[in-house]
Amino acid sequence: MNRILSTAGTEFRIALRNRWVAIALVLMAVFSVVLALAGSAPTGGLGVDRLSVTVASLTSLSVYLIPLLALLMSFDAIAGEAERGTLPLLLAYPIAREEVLIGKLMAHLAILALAVLLGHGLAAGMAIWGDETALAGLPALWRLSWSSVLLGATFLGAGYALSALSRRPSGAAGLAVGLWLGLVVLYDLALLAAIVADNGGWFTTKAFPVALLVNPADAFRLFNLTASGATAAASGVGSAADAIPLWQSLSSILLWPLAALGLAAAAFRKVTP
Amino acid sequence: MTSTLTISALTKHFGELVALTGVSLSVAPGERVALLGHNGAGKSTLMKIILGLIPATGGQITICDAAPGSVAARRAVAYLPENVAFHPSLTGEEQTRHYLTLRGESPGLAMGLLERVGLAHAARRRIGTYSKGMRQRVGLAQALIGQPRLLVLDEPTSGLDPVSRREFYALLDDLAAQGASILLSSHALTEVEARTDRIVILSQGRLVAEGSLADLRRRASLPVMLHITARNGFANAIAQELPAAIMVDGALHLSCTQPEKLKTLGRIAGLGDMVADLDVLPPSLEDIYSHFSQGGAR
Repeated sequence: MNRILSTAGTEFRIALRNRWVAIALVLMAVFSVVLALAGSAPTGGLGVDRLSVTVASLTSLSVYLIPLLALLMSFDAIAGEAERGTLPLLLAYPIAREEVLIGKLMAHLAILALAVLLGHGLAAGMAIWGDETALAGLPALWRLSWSSVLLGATFLGAGYALSALSRRPSGAAGLAVGLWLGLVVLYDLALLAAIVADNGGWFTTKAFPVALLVNPADAFRLFNLTASGATAAASGVGSAADAIPLWQSLSSILLWPLAALGLAAAAFRKVTP
Repeated sequence: MTSTLTISALTKHFGELVALTGVSLSVAPGERVALLGHNGAGKSTLMKIILGLIPATGGQITICDAAPGSVAARRAVAYLPENVAFHPSLTGEEQTRHYLTLRGESPGLAMGLLERVGLAHAARRRIGTYSKGMRQRVGLAQALIGQPRLLVLDEPTSGLDPVSRREFYALLDDLAAQGASILLSSHALTEVEARTDRIVILSQGRLVAEGSLADLRRRASLPVMLHITARNGFANAIAQELPAAIMVDGALHLSCTQPEKLKTLGRIAGLGDMVADLDVLPPSLEDIYSHFSQGGAR
């Protein structure tokens, strides 16, 4: 356990000095404040409190931002050690590769959690300051916060796996950007295109819900929109959320971090320094 | 006492490339063994297999009765990689504290270790600002953690100045005196000459020679060079007496085999006043090394 904690502490220190902590905190804070300000405009017509609207916007933001931050922090984790030449010495030490991964995950997840707490805290503060009823949105915000951290864990694990597979930081960075584009941007576009082409047939009714659950980013969005009942405030894929039970999207966001870490461990085990 | 490290018939292939062939070697507690060879002779590969970083294709290795790469073996072995590197954002102290924790030792020992390798003054500076020699010292400090039974040091003195090298070997002597086995690699025989108990020469993945320096010198039985300086005007006369000699800048150079050495010296002594001076040059360490490493290549 000491070995894992020491690894986590060392990684956190490195991230602090490489400005990753500052970048993550500032990004989340700025985007949350902007969304909280923007979210304060259309509340009247929807009949929901200001914070719930902000949560719907924050959900859409987090789907893009959290995976991006997670991949940016993780793509260098193993490939960087291999390129710097620090990996052979590390692996000669009596520490299991899984312990190395868990230590790194703890540090990176702590940074993400700090960023999420800061961003969401600011958003909540601003919403409640302008609208007393916004307190009603706090449970939804809390749900968004912890599910964001889980989403981050999934993409951190995926980033470690890519880092171990490519063994060079440049290659790992390319793969990470590809994964982000694929899962977060192109996947949804492809689904929408398929739905339009399908016109209410087998794909829309059977395959589409499964396709949403299989993608961790979509499952995250689905879970938060279903749970908060804020589908009215969101558009697009969100409208499909009603058809899928909450436990299914919850299972997806709980299982994905474990699966991603498993993949990372398997990929790391194959690395020969 | 049993050996700390035992290797038998070790073979390693990288696809088509044969990196090591039938290497057998054992290192006893307290013994200092130097592994010599050209670049690509298989030194680093052998070390990585001992550490369990890469698997062997064939053969057996045991380290303190454990398999390479097992937790027990990794606890017993310290490693200093060639061109050791650390994360540039960490300070020497932070890095050493981390390594101490990984070995289950108290991180508070870090400053003491850095002091031992002469790096206490820079302990709180980032490793990114260190020179190569300073990084090498951090590498050495981490290899001293937790009284390892076997130290595997890959070109440990590269980047160190002559004074630091001497200090480094003094540290190794202390460790060996406490019973640690040391396996270190080097390009240069001159450097490890007086500092190791046994020398192992690898060439193209084969172990071509093993023994103390005196053993190797005897076995190589390379010719001895005799440099004869003639008294004024007698050079030609001496050349006639010793037809095998070659004239170089007015001196006569004569090469003779070990068994003929005394006989030849007798003949030179018999020349009396014609000889002004005589130098006997035994084969150099580099000659001995080339003899064995090229012998393996053939």
